[in-house]
Amino acid sequence: MTALQTGSSQRVTGKRLLRREDPELLTGEARFVDDLYQQDALYMALLRSPLAHAKIISIDVSEARKMPGVHEVLSGRDLREEFSAPMPCAWPVTEDMKNPPHYPIASDVVHYVGDAVAVVIASDKVAAVDALAAIDVKYEALPVVTELEEALLDRNLVHPSLGTNSCFVWKLEPDRAGVDQAFASAAHVVTNRYVQQRLIPSALEPRGVLAVPHPYGAEYTLFSSTQIPHILKLMLSTTLGISEAKLRVVAPSVGGGFGSKLNVYAEEVLALALARKLSKPVRWTEERSEGALTTIHGRGQVQEVELAADSNGRITAVRVNILADMGAYLQLLTPGVPLLGAFLYHGQYDVPAYSFTCTGLFTNKTPTDAYRGAGRPEATFAIERSIDSLARKIGIDPAEIRRRNFIPVDKFPYSSVPGLIFDSGNYEPALQAALEKVGYAQLRMEQEKRRTQGSRKHLGIGISSYVEMCGLAPSKVLGSLRYSAGGWESATVRILPTSKVQVTTGTAPHGQGHETSWSMIVADRLGVSLEDVEVLHSDTAVAPFGMDTYGSRSVAVGGSAVYLATEKVLDKARLIAAHKLEVSPEDLEYSDGMFKVKGSAEKSFALSSVALEAFTAHDLPDGIEPNLEASVTWDPPNFTFPFGTHIAVVEVDEETGDTRLVRYVSVDDVGNQINPMIVEGQLEGGIAQGVAQALYEEAAYDEQGNLLDTTFIEYMLPSAVELPSFELASTVTPSPTNPLGVKGVGEAGCIASPPAVINAIVDALSPFGIEHIDMPASPQKVWSAIESSRGDGK
Amino acid sequence: MFPASFDYAKANSVADAVSILTSVDDAKLLAGGHSLLPLMKLRLATPSMLVDIGSLSELSYIEDKGDYVAIGALTRHHDIQNSRLLKSEVPILPYVASQVGDPQVRHRGTIGGSISHGDGASDLPAAALALDARLVLVGPTGERVIPATEFFVGFLETVMSPDELLTEVRVSKFSGGWSFQKFNRRAQDWAIVGVAAVNDGNTRVSLVNMGPTPLRASAVEEALMGGASIEAASKKASEGLDPPEDLNASSRYRRHLAEVLTRRALTEALG
Ligand SMILES: Cc1cc2nc3c(=O)[nH]c(=O)nc-3n(C[C@H](O)[C@H](O)[C@H](O)COP(=O)(O)OP(=O)(O)OC[C@H]3O[C@@H](n4cnc5c(N)ncnc54)[C@H](O)[C@@H]3O)c2cc1C
Repeated sequence: MTALQTGSSQRVTGKRLLRREDPELLTGEARFVDDLYQQDALYMALLRSPLAHAKIISIDVSEARKMPGVHEVLSGRDLREEFSAPMPCAWPVTEDMKNPPHYPIASDVVHYVGDAVAVVIASDKVAAVDALAAIDVKYEALPVVTELEEALLDRNLVHPSLGTNSCFVWKLEPDRAGVDQAFASAAHVVTNRYVQQRLIPSALEPRGVLAVPHPYGAEYTLFSSTQIPHILKLMLSTTLGISEAKLRVVAPSVGGGFGSKLNVYAEEVLALALARKLSKPVRWTEERSEGALTTIHGRGQVQEVELAADSNGRITAVRVNILADMGAYLQLLTPGVPLLGAFLYHGQYDVPAYSFTCTGLFTNKTPTDAYRGAGRPEATFAIERSIDSLARKIGIDPAEIRRRNFIPVDKFPYSSVPGLIFDSGNYEPALQAALEKVGYAQLRMEQEKRRTQGSRKHLGIGISSYVEMCGLAPSKVLGSLRYSAGGWESATVRILPTSKVQVTTGTAPHGQGHETSWSMIVADRLGVSLEDVEVLHSDTAVAPFGMDTYGSRSVAVGGSAVYLATEKVLDKARLIAAHKLEVSPEDLEYSDGMFKVKGSAEKSFALSSVALEAFTAHDLPDGIEPNLEASVTWDPPNFTFPFGTHIAVVEVDEETGDTRLVRYVSVDDVGNQINPMIVEGQLEGGIAQGVAQALYEEAAYDEQGNLLDTTFIEYMLPSAVELPSFELASTVTPSPTNPLGVKGVGEAGCIASPPAVINAIVDALSPFGIEHIDMPASPQKVWSAIESSRGDGK
Repeated sequence: MFPASFDYAKANSVADAVSILTSVDDAKLLAGGHSLLPLMKLRLATPSMLVDIGSLSELSYIEDKGDYVAIGALTRHHDIQNSRLLKSEVPILPYVASQVGDPQVRHRGTIGGSISHGDGASDLPAAALALDARLVLVGPTGERVIPATEFFVGFLETVMSPDELLTEVRVSKFSGGWSFQKFNRRAQDWAIVGVAAVNDGNTRVSLVNMGPTPLRASAVEEALMGGASIEAASKKASEGLDPPEDLNASSRYRRHLAEVLTRRALTEALG
């Protein structure tokens, strides 16, 4: 690994250090929102629509008001004046994008099962929930739209006032004629339709919120289980007309998010609105089934993907047309999610012609938004399934067809036809390493042996070579994509008078271990011990500026900001040390906490002494301010592009359709690794989540728009028992995009794994002529496919 | 998820439990709580009172009674799974218990609760059927012993009256072959379909999740008695049945699974 710059002879970056966050998490001492004690808090409960689309005829709250412990029962109409603006959508992807007004609570029409219609405020949780049953709502049912292809026809409308279900049409067609030409002259064309089913993110900690008004000053503190305290503060202040300067948002320990807490939610707005209205703290914690209905869903696309190729299997064009499910309303980033994949449908391959069209559609379902990978798992699935289908059509081994198409290593930085610059990459070695690690040739022999012996347990091997874009993001690029905010990150490094180091970061970790990784970066650069570095975050009063944590951005952008702030504070310290030593700053070198005069080892000045000098300020050089502190806001010049190859091995029972993942090998390149154990942890979880999409999970709806799997009995979240031990390895191609050479690893696992698993299943079933199985590949689906391939109904 | 409010009473003895059940309308016994409490939290069950028999240690035992083994109703799945006596005399039962849910469920759930609940998707009731278990019921008028085959009458419905208690499950020792085939997607799940087979000279086969109650595959048993091959008999696994439909399986798929799993169970039990 190329070395990070360090001021320490005992470097810690690159070591597998235990996470400093873990003791309190593992012993149950960590405080999540629901654990926070708050005197006099009132509990909020929401009555939710049981219908997917209906007019609210009347709401009678009189009985509920009389229930014991109940303080207030309010309908959407009662609350309308509390909101200065509708719920925010920060990504109007086109100029004419349609965004129907979305309030935290419906007042006239409900648009999905789970839409809030009334709120109870009571002195305890159970009283609040009990009172819900006493509210009498009369609805008039309206026609329901559940399927994307049906939504496209505009026969029934989710929002009749818009006149269409289409939210936007977004195109990326750098050279349409070139694409048409490539298809017209192609030796081979494969066309496939894939479905990205909806997923329920299922963070371990449900969402929770506690809004606390402070007496006299009209100031508010909102505690929320969120990934985005900073963005949330800004958005709440505009939705509720509260001065941004008087609102503090704190995310205490947060038990996972995966994008589901990258949002501004109705309950956050409502709790704060009610805390203001009632001048009392108001709290709410999501119930699991309630969360299944009202926390955003992930994915939800129908993709039509076409590849054109020459006779050698070289891809000459990719043409993609997708329908993306917005759900009933636009949440914070809903329409932008497909755009995060839009540039990546050619994957790791050097493709000369490209076109992408996405139609965003409303349905009467829970809103969708960014879920781990956001757009990139969909893109990766499309290209990695399609290239397998092309390989099969031409009769080339799936590993070989990938090799033939890889972007060659000498083309990096690579300007892609869709318009990105892939910062660095070297694809072939990762594929090669994965093939060797899994024992590809032997597995193929074993597969063949089983086939010739007539075994009913079929072996399948599936490859997925992925590249993704993360490290969100260069602000200018975000602007050109019409995203409403920047992509920078801020950090402050403060060396206190006792020489302890305090770091504040604008990232908002919720399981990623930033306290560990950031302290490693700082300790190395300063040459101080890890224990002397504290990392503060996720409180807008402590770290006022930040863009928070999502999109595998934190180390690439936030970690870099921390690193650069450390450099900056050292620069200042150097000036003070030079002044004390009466030499010029250039004569100093720094290591292990000491400034030393080059060439004269005795003359030195310790960083700890600089810290004290900066504090007392008795003798500072002219023009130098007291205190040793520096802040940096860093805007990255580009995205980063992690990549790798994953290989799944499955066993399929031909008689029952039972499909088991038996081995999983991954070789990932995420650039330099600060803490390889954290990198592996992210990959393990990500792979498991992607395997879950491939084999287990689906938010299933009936035709009336009822979500059918709202508990973990029905919703098939797998556990460790269903998964083999993953066999992980890595290559290291540092990123030139940032000073750490890092790329980001939060999403890579779930981006790569779904097509690896489905490719393996389709490979196993190739003797039956089966070309595709939709996700999740449940035993029933696999069995049905085998059965229909036999065509005898048995 | 919070249950609706309810009263709570702790029973000191079987007689105490019966007397509370007799005097309180709509009271329900609480054993391990692993079927009842989830229903209450979803507010699908709203009993007026829970009569907690969870600490009646006199109902937790596994005893050798000569030609049969007596199992107290409050014996946890975990204890059945690890019982030496059962492993040697009624080996199918510990194995079935080991396939129930996850370790937490097995430490809380009881055989009496599982059988009384009468869920067609549960494993232990099907094992009780395949074993021709006898069930001891105690009510205000005394004790009666009912064969498992006559116990389950409808969806979550048994012959027990609301003031009766299941106190003991009796299973005959046997030395022949057996098999339990449980098909599910995740280790902790209920069976999509399950098949239990016991061969002690006679062959008995029972089915999990193939109808509203735990079921005996009588068509399979008759075919075998009539000399049919395993292959042929298995084809009758779903004869006369109307298996449920859910997200995991259509009833057609269930029928197919029942045939495959019955064949596998018979091959193992008779092999
Ligand atoms: C996550 C999860 C997974 C599970 N997976 C499985 C599985 O794979 N297979 C499976 O078979 N089961 C499974 N179960 C159910 C589990 O086995 C239950 O423990 C069992 O079904 C009920 O036993 P209990 O002691 O918990 O009964 P309780 O829930 O206490 O009671 C169930 C019902 O029986 C009544 N009752 C209880 N004891 C008696 C008695 N002695 N006399 C009369 N009536 C009585 C109660 O009043 C109640 O109506 C699962 C449960 C959970 C929560």
